[in-house]
Amino acid sequence: MIWLNQVIQGVMLGGYYALIACGLSFMFGVMRIINLAHGDLAILAAFLVWAIVDRSGMSPFLALALVLPLMGALGWLMQRAMLERSLRSGVLVPLLTTFGLAIVIQNLLFLQFGADTRSLAPAIGDLAFESWSIGSRIYIGHLAGLTFLVAVLMLGALQLLLTHTPLGRSIRAIAEDPDTAELVGIDSRRVYAAAAAIAVMTVAVGGTFLAMRATFGPYAGPAQLIFAFEAVVIGGLGSMWGTLAGGIVLGVAQNLGAQIAPNGFLIAGHAVFLLVLGARLARQRLKGTP
Amino acid sequence: MSLLALEQLDVRHGQLQAVRGISLAVREGETLALVGANGAGKTTLLRAVAGAHRPAAGRVLLDGADITAVPAHRRVALGIALVPEGRRLFAGMTVEENLRVARANGRPGAWSVERVLEVFPMLRARFKAKAGSLSGGEQQATAIGRALVANPRVLLLDEVSLGLAPVAVERVYQCLEAVIAGGATVVLVEQDLARALRVATRVACMLEGSVVLEGAAADVTREQVTEAYFGLGRGQPA
Repeated sequence: MIWLNQVIQGVMLGGYYALIACGLSFMFGVMRIINLAHGDLAILAAFLVWAIVDRSGMSPFLALALVLPLMGALGWLMQRAMLERSLRSGVLVPLLTTFGLAIVIQNLLFLQFGADTRSLAPAIGDLAFESWSIGSRIYIGHLAGLTFLVAVLMLGALQLLLTHTPLGRSIRAIAEDPDTAELVGIDSRRVYAAAAAIAVMTVAVGGTFLAMRATFGPYAGPAQLIFAFEAVVIGGLGSMWGTLAGGIVLGVAQNLGAQIAPNGFLIAGHAVFLLVLGARLARQRLKGTP
Repeated sequence: MSLLALEQLDVRHGQLQAVRGISLAVREGETLALVGANGAGKTTLLRAVAGAHRPAAGRVLLDGADITAVPAHRRVALGIALVPEGRRLFAGMTVEENLRVARANGRPGAWSVERVLEVFPMLRARFKAKAGSLSGGEQQATAIGRALVANPRVLLLDEVSLGLAPVAVERVYQCLEAVIAGGATVVLVEQDLARALRVATRVACMLEGSVVLEGAAADVTREQVTEAYFGLGRGQPA
């Protein structure tokens, strides 16, 4: 029973990872940019939501609705002002650019909010600790359940966007062949900026859920990035449902690892990530394609 | 007045000058065939007209308006569509999606996704199939359809018969001739000289980046083109 419980909790945790990861996956799939500032953007959104809640006492969900357009605009600006230029210089430069952006965000947050850790948990009442019970031994937290649901809805919405809307078709066309996409009339600068705005908006949702389930400080971003990145890699590129699966695999592995040994949580997660990565590389070598 | 005009166009790939001072004019409803050996600059010329290469010098005029500085994606809305060499379909997307993504950014006009299916009936059965899984002929039909749904005023075709089985070439050209007969303005690059001379109203032969022979398709002979093609008449070793 305890193992079953760990698997279920792992799946819930995976939903949270998928929520954090979906913006990263979206940007990587479309623009081939690994956004190293991803975790810090999530923390930035968390701080913005927290600041609004702290000042006005409104619900964090309402505050998130206010922060979303702001983060979307930030994503658009980030693409137009920084990433677009750095993309022209090859793959490595955007990596360095976003690394620099991460440091800037961290220190601006530190400057503005100090080193105190914060949480939105006090602002959401009993959502923070209530749970549903399944049988007598298994409990699923309301917040964990909500997180999982939001992750599924958001990834599903992104998948629908990609497959059934003109913007989604343009995004996929650019991801496959940017040169030809221009020749069929797609304005790649606009589409890239729109995709970046969407990605950063999903990051804001992830950051808010992080702030509700745990504490966060100005330097908490990179730790979020690692799990998000692992979920994306395990799930495979370009597929939104793959990211959900990747998050779940990671969450279950971590929880089972923790059940085996107290310090097995991180080890098991990283081990699964490395195993999947190794298997991918081995398969590529067998196929003979780089 | 000519619909498409090139004036003293120079296009470079870094150090290499692929197109040297070419001036050409294409009137509405005309079909111009560009012939020439590999490396003569035909593909580069078409890509410069489509906006994929920025020329180093010279002008591209569409209906009298200078579009030299207009980026490729906006030229589609102005009425220039290119069927690129090697087809360049979005392989992970279906035939339908390939057509729709082009339709969404094209000009309004008579060509619709449905009309493409009427002209290329072989695509009907493969409409929901991934473009990457199609046969060469079907891919080429999709690529031409993808250009047509944008309702171009000038259709640029780059080696549409390349890598296709003879039967598939025949089928693609049957459809194309119907499009041309419908009054389309076309610039096409074709290796098969006989076919180029049959389809085109005018022929321009390129050699090392320049046009060395130009004339009405009915007036030039096969021998003249062959001579220009290999630069035999220049009286100097190549």
